[in-house]
Amino acid sequence: MKELMRRSDGPATRDTVLWLGGMLVFGAFGVAFWGSWFAVPFFLAYGVLYGSASDSRWHECGHGTAFKTRWKNDVVYQIASFMMMRDPTTWRWSHTRHHTDTLIVGRDPEIVAMRPARLARILGNLFGLVDVPVALRLMVIHACGRLTAEEQTYVPESERRKVFTTARIWVGMYLATAAACVLTGSLLPVVLIGGPRIYGTFMHLIYGLTQHAGMGENVLDHRLNTRTVHMNRLNRFLYWNMNYHVEHHMFPMVPYYRLPELHEEIKHDLAPAYPGLWAAYKEIVPAVLRQLKDQTYYVRRGLPEGAAPLHPVSDGRAVLTERSAVA
Amino acid sequence: MTQWIAACGVDDVDEEDVLPFQHDGVDYAIYRSPDDTFYATAGHCTHERELLCDGLVMDRVIECPKHNGRFDYATGKALGAPALVDLRTYPVKVENDTIYIGV
Ligand code: FES
Repeated sequence: MKELMRRSDGPATRDTVLWLGGMLVFGAFGVAFWGSWFAVPFFLAYGVLYGSASDSRWHECGHGTAFKTRWKNDVVYQIASFMMMRDPTTWRWSHTRHHTDTLIVGRDPEIVAMRPARLARILGNLFGLVDVPVALRLMVIHACGRLTAEEQTYVPESERRKVFTTARIWVGMYLATAAACVLTGSLLPVVLIGGPRIYGTFMHLIYGLTQHAGMGENVLDHRLNTRTVHMNRLNRFLYWNMNYHVEHHMFPMVPYYRLPELHEEIKHDLAPAYPGLWAAYKEIVPAVLRQLKDQTYYVRRGLPEGAAPLHPVSDGRAVLTERSAVA
Repeated sequence: MTQWIAACGVDDVDEEDVLPFQHDGVDYAIYRSPDDTFYATAGHCTHERELLCDGLVMDRVIECPKHNGRFDYATGKALGAPALVDLRTYPVKVENDTIYIGV
Protein backbone atom coordinates (compact mmCIF):
# COMPACT_ATOMS: atom_id res chain seq x y z
CA MET A 1 0.00 0.00 0.00
CA LYS A 2 2.78 2.38 0.92
CA GLU A 3 4.19 1.86 -2.54
CA LEU A 4 0.98 3.24 -4.05
CA MET A 5 1.21 6.31 -1.81
CA ARG A 6 4.67 7.28 -3.05
CA ARG A 7 4.70 10.62 -4.86
CA SER A 8 6.62 11.87 -7.81
CA ASP A 9 6.49 15.22 -9.59
CA GLY A 10 6.39 13.79 -13.11
CA PRO A 11 2.71 13.01 -13.81
CA ALA A 12 1.32 16.17 -12.20
CA THR A 13 3.94 18.37 -13.88
CA ARG A 14 3.06 16.91 -17.28
CA ASP A 15 -0.68 17.31 -16.62
CA THR A 16 -0.25 20.86 -15.35
CA VAL A 17 1.71 21.86 -18.43
CA LEU A 18 -1.07 20.35 -20.59
CA TRP A 19 -3.77 22.06 -18.52
CA LEU A 20 -2.28 25.57 -18.37
CA GLY A 21 -0.70 25.22 -21.82
CA GLY A 22 -4.09 24.18 -23.21
CA MET A 23 -5.68 27.24 -21.66
CA LEU A 24 -3.01 29.43 -23.19
CA VAL A 25 -3.44 27.98 -26.67
CA PHE A 26 -7.26 27.83 -26.66
CA GLY A 27 -7.45 31.26 -25.03
CA ALA A 28 -5.11 32.73 -27.66
CA PHE A 29 -7.23 31.32 -30.51
CA GLY A 30 -10.38 32.54 -28.75
CA VAL A 31 -8.93 36.04 -28.54
CA ALA A 32 -7.77 35.89 -32.17
CA PHE A 33 -11.26 34.95 -33.34
CA TRP A 34 -13.04 37.25 -30.88
CA GLY A 35 -16.15 38.69 -32.49
CA SER A 36 -16.76 35.70 -34.74
CA TRP A 37 -18.45 32.35 -34.10
CA PHE A 38 -15.12 30.63 -34.61
CA ALA A 39 -14.18 31.82 -31.14
CA VAL A 40 -16.91 29.70 -29.52
CA PRO A 41 -15.28 26.24 -29.57
CA PHE A 42 -11.97 27.71 -28.42
CA PHE A 43 -13.57 29.49 -25.49
CA LEU A 44 -15.57 26.37 -24.70
CA ALA A 45 -12.34 24.40 -24.39
CA TYR A 46 -10.67 27.25 -22.49
CA GLY A 47 -13.70 27.54 -20.22
CA VAL A 48 -13.82 23.83 -19.37
CA LEU A 49 -10.11 23.80 -18.55
CA TYR A 50 -10.60 26.89 -16.38
CA GLY A 51 -14.03 26.33 -14.81
CA SER A 52 -14.15 22.52 -14.62
CA ALA A 53 -10.65 21.01 -14.67
CA SER A 54 -9.54 23.43 -11.95
CA ASP A 55 -11.88 21.68 -9.54
CA SER A 56 -9.88 18.46 -9.48
CA ARG A 57 -6.55 20.37 -9.43
CA TRP A 58 -7.84 22.30 -6.44
CA HIS A 59 -8.87 19.05 -4.82
CA GLU A 60 -5.69 17.05 -5.36
CA CYS A 61 -3.31 19.87 -4.56
CA GLY A 62 -5.38 20.67 -1.47
CA HIS A 63 -4.64 17.15 -0.29
CA GLY A 64 -1.02 17.80 -1.20
CA THR A 65 -0.80 14.52 -3.07
CA ALA A 66 -0.45 15.59 -6.69
CA PHE A 67 3.21 16.63 -6.58
CA LYS A 68 6.01 15.32 -4.45
CA THR A 69 7.38 18.83 -4.07
CA ARG A 70 5.32 20.74 -1.58
CA TRP A 71 5.57 24.20 -3.13
CA LYS A 72 4.31 22.90 -6.46
CA ASN A 73 1.16 21.60 -4.75
CA ASP A 74 0.75 24.97 -3.07
CA VAL A 75 1.18 27.01 -6.26
CA VAL A 76 -1.28 24.92 -8.28
CA TYR A 77 -3.68 24.93 -5.32
CA GLN A 78 -3.66 28.74 -5.26
CA ILE A 79 -4.19 29.03 -9.03
CA ALA A 80 -7.01 26.46 -9.05
CA SER A 81 -8.66 28.04 -5.99
CA PHE A 82 -8.73 31.39 -7.76
CA MET A 83 -10.25 29.90 -10.89
CA MET A 84 -12.89 27.99 -8.91
CA MET A 85 -13.55 31.10 -6.75
CA ARG A 86 -12.91 29.11 -3.59
CA ASP A 87 -11.00 30.73 -0.83
CA PRO A 88 -7.98 28.43 -0.43
CA THR A 89 -8.06 28.50 3.36
CA THR A 90 -11.76 28.15 4.19
CA TRP A 91 -12.16 25.48 1.54
CA ARG A 92 -9.18 23.53 2.81
CA TRP A 93 -10.86 23.34 6.19
CA SER A 94 -14.30 22.56 4.81
CA HIS A 95 -12.78 19.75 2.77
CA THR A 96 -11.01 18.45 5.85
CA ARG A 97 -14.39 18.22 7.53
CA HIS A 98 -15.81 16.55 4.41
CA HIS A 99 -13.25 13.77 4.84
CA THR A 100 -13.93 13.40 8.55
CA ASP A 101 -17.71 13.49 8.24
CA THR A 102 -18.47 12.43 4.66
CA LEU A 103 -22.23 12.81 4.06
CA ILE A 104 -22.86 13.18 7.79
CA VAL A 105 -25.81 15.53 7.86
CA GLY A 106 -25.11 18.70 9.80
CA ARG A 107 -21.34 18.12 9.72
CA ASP A 108 -20.29 17.75 6.08
CA PRO A 109 -20.27 21.24 4.51
CA GLU A 110 -19.75 19.82 0.99
CA ILE A 111 -22.84 17.68 0.39
CA VAL A 112 -23.90 18.62 -3.14
CA ALA A 113 -27.20 16.75 -3.42
CA MET A 114 -28.94 16.73 -0.05
CA ARG A 115 -32.11 14.75 0.63
CA PRO A 116 -34.27 16.15 -0.82
CA ALA A 117 -31.99 17.71 -3.41
CA ARG A 118 -32.36 21.38 -4.23
CA LEU A 119 -32.79 20.67 -7.90
CA ALA A 120 -32.97 24.26 -9.09
CA ARG A 121 -29.71 24.96 -7.30
CA ILE A 122 -27.97 21.97 -8.88
CA LEU A 123 -29.21 22.81 -12.36
CA GLY A 124 -28.37 26.49 -11.94
CA ASN A 125 -24.88 25.55 -10.85
CA LEU A 126 -24.22 23.90 -14.19
CA PHE A 127 -23.58 27.55 -15.07
CA GLY A 128 -22.40 28.68 -11.66
CA LEU A 129 -25.61 30.62 -11.11
CA VAL A 130 -25.63 29.97 -7.38
CA ASP A 131 -21.97 29.25 -6.71
CA VAL A 132 -20.61 32.39 -8.35
CA PRO A 133 -22.85 34.94 -6.57
CA VAL A 134 -22.25 33.09 -3.29
CA ALA A 135 -18.49 33.10 -3.91
CA LEU A 136 -18.50 36.82 -4.73
CA ARG A 137 -20.54 37.60 -1.64
CA LEU A 138 -18.17 35.55 0.54
CA MET A 139 -15.20 37.29 -1.08
CA VAL A 140 -16.59 40.66 -0.04
CA ILE A 141 -17.39 39.42 3.48
CA HIS A 142 -13.87 38.06 3.83
CA ALA A 143 -12.34 41.20 2.35
CA CYS A 144 -14.16 43.11 5.11
CA GLY A 145 -12.36 40.93 7.67
CA ARG A 146 -15.26 38.65 8.59
CA LEU A 147 -16.21 34.97 8.30
CA THR A 148 -19.70 33.52 8.18
CA ALA A 149 -21.04 31.77 11.29
CA GLU A 150 -20.59 28.37 9.63
CA GLU A 151 -17.02 29.10 8.55
CA GLN A 152 -16.21 30.07 12.10
CA THR A 153 -17.04 26.50 13.16
CA TYR A 154 -14.25 24.98 11.07
CA VAL A 155 -11.63 27.65 10.32
CA PRO A 156 -9.23 28.00 13.27
CA GLU A 157 -8.52 31.49 14.56
CA SER A 158 -4.87 31.34 13.50
CA GLU A 159 -5.83 30.77 9.85
CA ARG A 160 -8.30 33.60 9.44
CA ARG A 161 -5.90 36.38 8.51
CA LYS A 162 -4.94 34.42 5.39
CA VAL A 163 -8.61 34.33 4.35
CA PHE A 164 -8.93 38.11 4.61
CA THR A 165 -5.70 38.81 2.74
CA THR A 166 -6.58 36.47 -0.13
CA ALA A 167 -10.06 37.98 -0.45
CA ARG A 168 -8.63 41.51 -0.69
CA ILE A 169 -6.23 40.47 -3.44
CA TRP A 170 -8.96 38.66 -5.36
CA VAL A 171 -11.42 41.55 -5.07
CA GLY A 172 -8.67 43.74 -6.53
CA MET A 173 -8.17 41.32 -9.41
CA TYR A 174 -11.87 41.12 -10.25
CA LEU A 175 -12.26 44.90 -10.01
CA ALA A 176 -9.32 45.28 -12.39
CA THR A 177 -11.01 42.82 -14.79
CA ALA A 178 -14.27 44.76 -14.61
CA ALA A 179 -12.40 48.03 -15.16
CA ALA A 180 -10.66 46.52 -18.20
CA CYS A 181 -14.10 45.64 -19.64
CA VAL A 182 -15.30 49.20 -19.15
CA LEU A 183 -12.14 50.77 -20.55
CA THR A 184 -11.99 48.55 -23.62
CA GLY A 185 -15.76 48.49 -24.12
CA SER A 186 -15.49 44.71 -24.49
CA LEU A 187 -16.49 41.64 -22.49
CA LEU A 188 -13.29 39.87 -23.48
CA PRO A 189 -11.49 40.44 -20.14
CA VAL A 190 -14.31 38.80 -18.18
CA VAL A 191 -14.59 35.98 -20.71
CA LEU A 192 -10.94 35.26 -19.90
CA ILE A 193 -11.01 35.89 -16.15
CA GLY A 194 -13.93 34.87 -13.96
CA GLY A 195 -16.40 34.21 -16.80
CA PRO A 196 -15.31 30.58 -17.34
CA ARG A 197 -16.56 29.85 -13.82
CA ILE A 198 -19.98 30.39 -15.43
CA TYR A 199 -19.74 29.18 -19.02
CA GLY A 200 -17.17 26.43 -18.51
CA THR A 201 -18.10 24.94 -15.18
CA PHE A 202 -20.76 22.41 -16.19
CA MET A 203 -18.33 19.49 -16.46
CA HIS A 204 -17.15 19.86 -12.90
CA LEU A 205 -20.72 19.42 -11.71
CA ILE A 206 -21.36 16.52 -14.07
CA TYR A 207 -18.32 14.75 -12.70
CA GLY A 208 -18.85 15.82 -9.10
CA LEU A 209 -22.44 14.68 -8.80
CA THR A 210 -21.38 11.11 -9.49
CA GLN A 211 -19.42 11.04 -6.25
CA HIS A 212 -22.21 10.75 -3.71
CA ALA A 213 -25.57 11.95 -5.15
CA GLY A 214 -28.49 9.72 -4.17
CA MET A 215 -26.34 7.61 -1.85
CA GLY A 216 -26.89 6.97 1.85
CA GLU A 217 -26.12 9.70 4.32
CA ASN A 218 -24.64 9.08 7.76
CA VAL A 219 -22.79 5.98 6.56
CA LEU A 220 -19.26 5.33 7.78
CA ASP A 221 -18.24 2.79 5.15
CA HIS A 222 -17.33 4.91 2.14
CA ARG A 223 -17.80 1.94 -0.15
CA LEU A 224 -21.52 2.33 0.47
CA ASN A 225 -21.94 6.08 0.02
CA THR A 226 -19.46 6.85 -2.77
CA ARG A 227 -19.26 5.88 -6.44
CA THR A 228 -16.41 4.82 -8.63
CA VAL A 229 -17.27 5.44 -12.28
CA HIS A 230 -15.15 4.36 -15.24
CA MET A 231 -14.40 7.27 -17.58
CA ASN A 232 -12.49 7.80 -20.81
CA ARG A 233 -9.00 9.29 -20.94
CA LEU A 234 -10.13 12.84 -21.64
CA ASN A 235 -12.55 12.86 -18.72
CA ARG A 236 -9.95 11.31 -16.48
CA PHE A 237 -7.47 14.01 -17.49
CA LEU A 238 -10.00 16.76 -16.78
CA TYR A 239 -11.10 15.13 -13.55
CA TRP A 240 -7.66 13.92 -12.48
CA ASN A 241 -8.92 10.37 -11.86
CA MET A 242 -11.35 11.45 -9.17
CA ASN A 243 -13.80 9.08 -10.84
CA TYR A 244 -12.03 6.51 -8.61
CA HIS A 245 -13.77 8.19 -5.77
CA VAL A 246 -14.35 5.25 -3.46
CA GLU A 247 -10.64 4.56 -3.60
CA HIS A 248 -9.83 8.22 -2.96
CA HIS A 249 -12.02 8.35 0.14
CA MET A 250 -10.62 5.14 1.50
CA PHE A 251 -7.01 6.05 0.88
CA PRO A 252 -6.69 9.84 0.49
CA MET A 253 -2.90 9.59 0.53
CA VAL A 254 -2.72 7.79 -2.79
CA PRO A 255 -1.98 10.33 -5.55
CA TYR A 256 -4.46 10.59 -8.41
CA TYR A 257 -2.18 8.95 -10.94
CA ARG A 258 -1.97 5.75 -8.85
CA LEU A 259 -5.73 5.43 -8.27
CA PRO A 260 -6.30 3.12 -11.27
CA GLU A 261 -3.75 0.71 -9.81
CA LEU A 262 -5.33 1.00 -6.38
CA HIS A 263 -8.70 0.24 -7.94
CA GLU A 264 -7.31 -2.96 -9.44
CA GLU A 265 -5.84 -3.95 -6.07
CA ILE A 266 -8.99 -3.55 -4.01
CA LYS A 267 -11.90 -3.91 -6.42
CA HIS A 268 -12.77 -7.34 -5.03
CA ASP A 269 -13.70 -5.59 -1.79
CA LEU A 270 -15.84 -2.90 -3.44
CA ALA A 271 -19.27 -2.75 -4.96
CA PRO A 272 -18.91 -2.96 -8.75
CA ALA A 273 -17.77 0.26 -10.41
CA TYR A 274 -20.19 1.98 -12.80
CA PRO A 275 -19.19 1.39 -16.42
CA GLY A 276 -19.59 5.06 -17.40
CA LEU A 277 -21.19 8.42 -16.76
CA TRP A 278 -24.36 7.30 -18.48
CA ALA A 279 -24.74 4.30 -16.16
CA ALA A 280 -24.11 6.49 -13.11
CA TYR A 281 -26.71 9.06 -14.18
CA LYS A 282 -29.23 6.33 -14.95
CA GLU A 283 -29.10 5.69 -11.21
CA ILE A 284 -28.60 9.24 -9.94
CA VAL A 285 -31.44 11.00 -11.75
CA PRO A 286 -34.26 8.65 -10.66
CA ALA A 287 -32.79 8.40 -7.14
CA VAL A 288 -32.59 12.16 -6.66
CA LEU A 289 -36.08 12.63 -8.14
CA ARG A 290 -37.49 9.93 -5.88
CA GLN A 291 -35.87 11.54 -2.86
CA LEU A 292 -37.88 14.68 -3.59
CA LYS A 293 -40.95 12.72 -2.46
CA ASP A 294 -39.45 10.03 -0.28
CA GLN A 295 -36.60 11.26 1.84
CA THR A 296 -35.96 7.86 3.35
CA TYR A 297 -34.93 6.48 -0.03
CA TYR A 298 -31.29 6.14 -1.00
CA VAL A 299 -29.24 3.97 -3.31
CA ARG A 300 -28.19 0.80 -1.54
CA ARG A 301 -24.98 -0.75 -2.68
CA GLY A 302 -24.07 -4.29 -1.91
CA LEU A 303 -20.51 -5.38 -1.29
CA PRO A 304 -19.30 -8.56 -2.97
CA GLU A 305 -19.46 -11.83 -1.08
CA GLY A 306 -16.53 -12.06 1.33
CA ALA A 307 -15.59 -8.37 1.04
CA ALA A 308 -13.37 -7.21 3.86
CA PRO A 309 -15.26 -5.55 6.70
CA LEU A 310 -14.52 -2.07 7.94
CA HIS A 311 -11.65 -1.81 10.35
CA PRO A 312 -13.18 -2.18 13.81
CA VAL A 313 -11.61 1.03 15.09
CA SER A 314 -12.41 3.03 11.99
CA ASP A 315 -13.28 6.61 12.71
CA GLY A 316 -15.13 7.17 9.50
CA ARG A 317 -12.71 6.28 6.77
CA ALA A 318 -13.41 2.98 5.18
CA VAL A 319 -10.28 1.12 6.19
CA LEU A 320 -10.20 -2.53 5.28
CA THR A 321 -8.88 -5.23 7.55
CA GLU A 322 -5.93 -7.50 6.87
CA ARG A 323 -7.90 -9.58 4.37
CA SER A 324 -7.56 -6.81 1.84
CA ALA A 325 -5.19 -7.58 -0.96
CA VAL A 326 -3.30 -4.33 -0.44
CA ALA A 327 -0.10 -5.20 1.32
CA MET B 1 14.51 11.90 34.54
CA THR B 2 14.46 10.09 31.19
CA GLN B 3 13.39 6.49 31.30
CA TRP B 4 14.72 4.49 28.34
CA ILE B 5 12.31 1.94 26.94
CA ALA B 6 13.35 -0.76 24.47
CA ALA B 7 10.92 -0.27 21.59
CA CYS B 8 12.06 -2.51 18.75
CA GLY B 9 15.01 -3.78 16.78
CA VAL B 10 16.63 -1.60 14.13
CA ASP B 11 15.54 -4.00 11.43
CA ASP B 12 11.91 -3.72 12.45
CA VAL B 13 11.66 -0.27 10.89
CA ASP B 14 12.16 -0.04 7.14
CA GLU B 15 14.14 2.81 5.68
CA GLU B 16 11.93 5.89 5.18
CA ASP B 17 9.12 4.31 7.16
CA VAL B 18 7.34 4.43 10.50
CA LEU B 19 6.47 1.82 13.12
CA PRO B 20 3.90 2.02 15.92
CA PHE B 21 4.93 1.35 19.50
CA GLN B 22 2.83 1.29 22.64
CA HIS B 23 4.03 1.66 26.20
CA ASP B 24 1.91 2.14 29.30
CA GLY B 25 -1.15 2.70 27.13
CA VAL B 26 0.55 5.53 25.23
CA ASP B 27 1.10 5.38 21.46
CA TYR B 28 4.42 6.37 19.92
CA ALA B 29 5.66 6.43 16.34
CA ILE B 30 9.24 5.41 15.53
CA TYR B 31 10.79 6.59 12.27
CA ARG B 32 13.78 5.63 10.21
CA SER B 33 14.94 8.43 7.95
CA PRO B 34 16.51 7.90 4.50
CA ASP B 35 19.93 8.63 6.04
CA ASP B 36 19.35 5.81 8.55
CA THR B 37 18.69 7.87 11.65
CA PHE B 38 15.93 6.94 14.10
CA TYR B 39 13.41 9.34 15.61
CA ALA B 40 10.33 9.04 17.82
CA THR B 41 7.22 11.16 18.19
CA ALA B 42 3.82 10.92 19.79
CA GLY B 43 1.77 8.27 18.03
CA HIS B 44 -1.23 10.44 17.17
CA CYS B 45 -1.67 13.36 14.83
CA THR B 46 -2.32 16.59 16.69
CA HIS B 47 -5.23 17.45 14.40
CA GLU B 48 -7.77 14.69 15.02
CA ARG B 49 -5.73 12.05 16.83
CA GLU B 50 -5.26 9.77 13.85
CA LEU B 51 -2.52 7.15 14.28
CA LEU B 52 0.53 8.34 12.39
CA CYS B 53 1.92 4.85 11.92
CA ASP B 54 -0.53 4.45 9.01
CA GLY B 55 0.90 7.56 7.39
CA LEU B 56 3.54 8.09 4.76
CA VAL B 57 7.16 8.98 5.46
CA MET B 58 8.78 11.19 2.83
CA ASP B 59 12.32 12.28 3.61
CA ARG B 60 11.98 13.95 7.02
CA VAL B 61 8.22 14.38 6.84
CA ILE B 62 5.41 12.20 8.13
CA GLU B 63 2.08 12.71 6.40
CA CYS B 64 -1.02 11.88 8.41
CA PRO B 65 -3.28 9.38 6.67
CA LYS B 66 -6.50 11.17 7.45
CA HIS B 67 -6.24 14.72 6.08
CA ASN B 68 -2.65 14.71 4.84
CA GLY B 69 -1.41 16.96 7.66
CA ARG B 70 2.39 16.97 7.66
CA PHE B 71 5.03 17.11 10.37
CA ASP B 72 8.79 17.19 10.46
CA TYR B 73 9.24 14.07 12.57
CA ALA B 74 12.75 15.04 13.62
CA THR B 75 11.62 18.28 15.27
CA GLY B 76 7.87 17.60 15.59
CA LYS B 77 7.11 20.83 13.74
CA ALA B 78 3.68 20.99 12.12
CA LEU B 79 4.15 22.02 8.49
CA GLY B 80 0.78 23.54 7.65
CA ALA B 81 -2.99 23.18 7.72
CA PRO B 82 -4.67 21.10 8.91
CA ALA B 83 -1.69 20.21 11.10
CA LEU B 84 -1.15 23.35 13.18
CA VAL B 85 0.04 22.00 16.54
CA ASP B 86 3.54 20.55 16.76
CA LEU B 87 4.04 16.87 17.55
CA ARG B 88 5.78 15.87 20.74
CA THR B 89 9.16 14.26 20.05
CA TYR B 90 11.15 11.82 22.19
CA PRO B 91 14.87 11.14 22.36
CA VAL B 92 16.06 7.94 20.72
CA LYS B 93 19.21 5.89 21.20
CA VAL B 94 20.36 2.70 19.52
CA GLU B 95 22.27 0.08 21.46
CA ASN B 96 23.05 -3.43 20.29
CA ASP B 97 20.66 -3.09 17.38
CA THR B 98 17.83 -2.15 19.72
CA ILE B 99 16.01 1.16 19.55
CA TYR B 100 15.28 2.82 22.87
CA ILE B 101 13.05 5.82 23.32
CA GLY B 102 13.29 8.16 26.26
CA VAL B 103 9.94 8.82 27.88
S1 FES C 1 -6.05 13.82 11.67
FE1 FES C 1 -4.08 14.16 10.94
S2 FES C 1 -4.32 15.73 9.51
FE2 FES C 1 -6.30 15.45 10.30
